[in-house]
Amino acid sequence: MIEFAQIRTIAAKEFRDRIRNRWVIAVAAIFTLFALAITYFGAAQQGEVGFRNIEFTIASLVSLVIYLIPLIALILGYDAIVGERERGSLDLLLSMPITRLELLLGKFAGLSLALASSTLAGFGLVGLLLARQTDSTALYHYAGFMLSAILLGMVFLSLAVMVSVIAKDRARASGAAIAVWFLFVLVYDLGLLGVLVLSGGTFGEALFPVLLLLNPADIFRLLNIFNMQDLKNFYGLATVFPASLSNPWLLGSMMVGWIIAPLAVAQWRFK
Amino acid sequence: MPNNVIEIRHVSRHFGPVHAVNGVSLDIFEGETVGLIGHNGAGKSTLFKMMLGLIPPSAGSIRIHGTPVHGSAFRELRRAIGYLPENLAFYDNLTGLETLQFFASLKGCDRDSCPALLKKVGLGHASHRRVDGYSKGMRQRLGFAQALLGSPRILFLDEPTNGLDPEGIREFYQMLNELNQTGVTVVITSHILSEIQERVQRLAVMKSGKLHALGTVQELREGVNLPLTIRLRLQCTPQALKEALNGTVIESMDTQDDTTVIRCQRAHKMELLRRINTLGENVHDIVVREPSLEDVFLGYAKP
Repeated sequence: MIEFAQIRTIAAKEFRDRIRNRWVIAVAAIFTLFALAITYFGAAQQGEVGFRNIEFTIASLVSLVIYLIPLIALILGYDAIVGERERGSLDLLLSMPITRLELLLGKFAGLSLALASSTLAGFGLVGLLLARQTDSTALYHYAGFMLSAILLGMVFLSLAVMVSVIAKDRARASGAAIAVWFLFVLVYDLGLLGVLVLSGGTFGEALFPVLLLLNPADIFRLLNIFNMQDLKNFYGLATVFPASLSNPWLLGSMMVGWIIAPLAVAQWRFK
Repeated sequence: MPNNVIEIRHVSRHFGPVHAVNGVSLDIFEGETVGLIGHNGAGKSTLFKMMLGLIPPSAGSIRIHGTPVHGSAFRELRRAIGYLPENLAFYDNLTGLETLQFFASLKGCDRDSCPALLKKVGLGHASHRRVDGYSKGMRQRLGFAQALLGSPRILFLDEPTNGLDPEGIREFYQMLNELNQTGVTVVITSHILSEIQERVQRLAVMKSGKLHALGTVQELREGVNLPLTIRLRLQCTPQALKEALNGTVIESMDTQDDTTVIRCQRAHKMELLRRINTLGENVHDIVVREPSLEDVFLGYAKP
């Protein structure tokens, strides 16, 4: 039986740590700065400065967030367990009336709360500024963007916690975390693209959309652009991605699956 | 017959090809203080961790109050156990009080009892200071306070006086003594043998993963058969002493000025003392020294 009080105790400590060492406020400030810069200077190349249109703003933010949030989540979580082990505090923690699963979930929940707070505060501030210049549908999309950004952060936190359980020491854990970032954020898409180009577009026309769903960063992108008809055409994705797979509930469930799976592996490997 | 609190039955633990603990059986009774001693790598810490249910044994079973330490009742058991690990590490960004409250929440005991507990271990003045400013001794005191959370009936203390000054060590054993009076069972390890020999009822000596010897300090002394040392201050000549001792079994005799040191087996002690007595007033002083626990320990630890 899981005792939620134990999870809450661990989560509260992790969250308080991040508030106290100003992690939450620092990351929120980074998000605000980037979001403002993108909103107002995103079209500078086209010779325009200032807010244009919410859909293009979100698309630009998505391109930013897809690099930034996984990186921040991995940095936040990579030493969750291995750090305690290396410092020597894990033995004492595990001698308490707590299961390893509760410890993992508590760490994950506390860190998720910290990252979600930064995301909400950082992008929410910009959302408030946008609210004066746009309509409610656009704000609905913006809220969807923030929610999916939080989910994306939780996926990579879950991966980070898994790394922190499996890695032998902090140095290896940080290396593995960087590798995870490269794999999902850079290498995966390039690999898919390479295969498509090399095969002259014949390879796996049916397989390609499914392969996209195997990368949480791609799911995040799909979640955000498939709400918006303009962008769909703009990206040309509509031609390769079937409508049956672009249901936001399906995409959202895939994200949740990506949160649960690494935690399950972490629990299995945590001895 | 006292109550059996901890029941260790044929417990082994392998890490790959290494037999860290090998077929150990041991009973620990309610209210007793047992010292667990052995060289580094003898298997003490592994046995400790298995008793706490931190790692499962490869074979055998460990029960506390008749309940397996790994079973579903582990939460209830853990709440009744206090543990002070050897290498103590806390969270540097928390204060002493916050640290204790964090562990109190996990143990499910009253957070309001924390300030009093800190005071009890002599940290009342530092309860609102961050732990990264604590000295080694203060951390150890905080660790002890943590082990005492929820008034446990069993205490596992791994090198508890590490880093404490003599005053701290004295206070620590005084607190331990008070706890012992209330029937708390204590399992303790220390590398300073002279320190624990006065304070434990029984000693368990571990060597290469096996329980090498078990008993009271006196039983261990007798079992290992180390020679006693008799130190004499005499007025007579060495020749006269040799004549008096003629026919007794001794292991060695060294004379320097008026002091003679004789080593003999325990079995021959009384005969030897009777012979020395025949020298009458020529004997100015006589000191019989039992082998120290270090000697006993080294005797057992010899390959």
